[in-house]
Amino acid sequence: MTEAMADVTFPTGFEDLAPWSDWVMHGERARYEKRVNSSMEELQAFYDAVFPRLQDACDYLEQYPVDELSDEGVNLLWLMCSLVTVSFPVECWRQPRVPDAGASSIDAVLEPAV
Amino acid sequence: MPHFPKPAEGSWTEHYPHLSTAPSSYADSTSPEFYELERKAIFEKTWLNLGRVEQIPRVGSYFTKEIDAAGTSIVVVRSGPDEFTAFHNICRHRGNKLVWNDFPKEETSGVCRNFTCKYHGWRYDLQGALTFVQQEEEFFGLDKADYPLASVQIDTWEGWLFVNLDPDNTTSLREYMGALGKGLEGYPFEKMTQVHKYRAEIGSNWKLFIDAFTEFYHAPVLHVRQAVNEESEKLGKYGYEALHYELDGPHGVVSSWGGMSPPKDLNMVKPIERVLRSGLFGPWDAPDIGLDHPLPAQNLANSPVWGLDSYLFFPNWMLLVWKPNWLLTYHYWPTSYNTHIFEGTCYFVPPKNGKERLAQELAVVTFKEYGLQDGNTLEATQRMIESNTPVTSFPLNDQEIMIRHLHTTVQQIVDEYATANGVSVLG
Repeated sequence: MTEAMADVTFPTGFEDLAPWSDWVMHGERARYEKRVNSSMEELQAFYDAVFPRLQDACDYLEQYPVDELSDEGVNLLWLMCSLVTVSFPVECWRQPRVPDAGASSIDAVLEPAV
Repeated sequence: MPHFPKPAEGSWTEHYPHLSTAPSSYADSTSPEFYELERKAIFEKTWLNLGRVEQIPRVGSYFTKEIDAAGTSIVVVRSGPDEFTAFHNICRHRGNKLVWNDFPKEETSGVCRNFTCKYHGWRYDLQGALTFVQQEEEFFGLDKADYPLASVQIDTWEGWLFVNLDPDNTTSLREYMGALGKGLEGYPFEKMTQVHKYRAEIGSNWKLFIDAFTEFYHAPVLHVRQAVNEESEKLGKYGYEALHYELDGPHGVVSSWGGMSPPKDLNMVKPIERVLRSGLFGPWDAPDIGLDHPLPAQNLANSPVWGLDSYLFFPNWMLLVWKPNWLLTYHYWPTSYNTHIFEGTCYFVPPKNGKERLAQELAVVTFKEYGLQDGNTLEATQRMIESNTPVTSFPLNDQEIMIRHLHTTVQQIVDEYATANGVSVLG
């Protein structure tokens, strides 16, 4: 874990997610980039560790309007957004990239601030 | 035996006498000459959608749009509280591009009080009037009133911005939107201000991507791995049938079932969809948008299993209105006969909390994953229809009626243009 990542913290009760803080990123474009540059083993390990906490995260995130989330809450939201991105290779494709997508890309050009 | 009733003629296609049932040619998608005619006959003459008025929220908010197919760049600005103005993005002095940042070919947006040319400082107000000329006394009898920005027709329909590059156009936007547009009036589009927008450069003719998104015949096959196994088998066996097709002038709609939002059986969907209660058809828990029943142009079959309507407003704007109260739009901007820029935009009611935000994220990412599969398939199609093969005639089934309609409409408009202007079209 790098110094910068050590600053990324999650709400009380989600401390076990700390090893995955490098997946806390703003924007689907960045999350997708990290996914396609990861191995299936890395993606599976992330999914296996984080998916079991998704329901708890939803229960937590449901309590707050998006613009009233604490920094820790935003970190949790963005980590779970990465889980959404990673769920496709794990649950559907069995590979990091969309099958037969070749060099093509569809890039986010406008996304919500949080 | 169809699962959903078809018109008395026996098929959707035969219900529309102007459509043939014969195999089709895609010569209209492989020819630089035909594309040049499409530009002149269609993209320089038709109302083109450029998104929502909420994109430019304040007086002075603007964006630029590169419309290669019409050979121009335009500026769209909110010039008054409820007034919109569009003009060609060119300075009247020496022809410099008026509004751009860093890269002359790229689009930009912002807020300003007036537009100042980077080259010699000529200034225009938000209505396009020339208000300042550097060293005006050095010119020869120059009257600023003679040099406004070149205006472009602009209008709105239900908060959607459209421009028409034909200065002689006399068809109002409302009239152009036809019965399908009229039947959607009153939809609370303005409530869906949470926007995720995607862009892709696609190696195919623009019509081929519309073809892909106006038929769902491909869905159980191409997208088979996005469903869980039992669901894939079921979809593969049934194939796909729409609830209803309706053609209206150059426009059309396919109305479809939407049994996945929420699914009857949770085992039909992927684990992440079960937890987030969301997926391809959108978040399952629809926000209240104050619409008690579908509008006249929605769910035309009046079916209890209705899930979405996909409208094609000719030539290049698709609007998908989903039963769980969200929208998806597609724009296809041709850049040559065999390339185009695709834009896909998701519009939601702003999420009430972090959990709803996550449910929307899953819908957005699912759209993107499907789009990637579709986009690359198109490049494979374009390569082969352009290649030197003896295969030039292709059958279309009844669920592909929108494709037949699009290509027939384009051919007809190009033929009329060519006849009127004494140019020849490939046969």
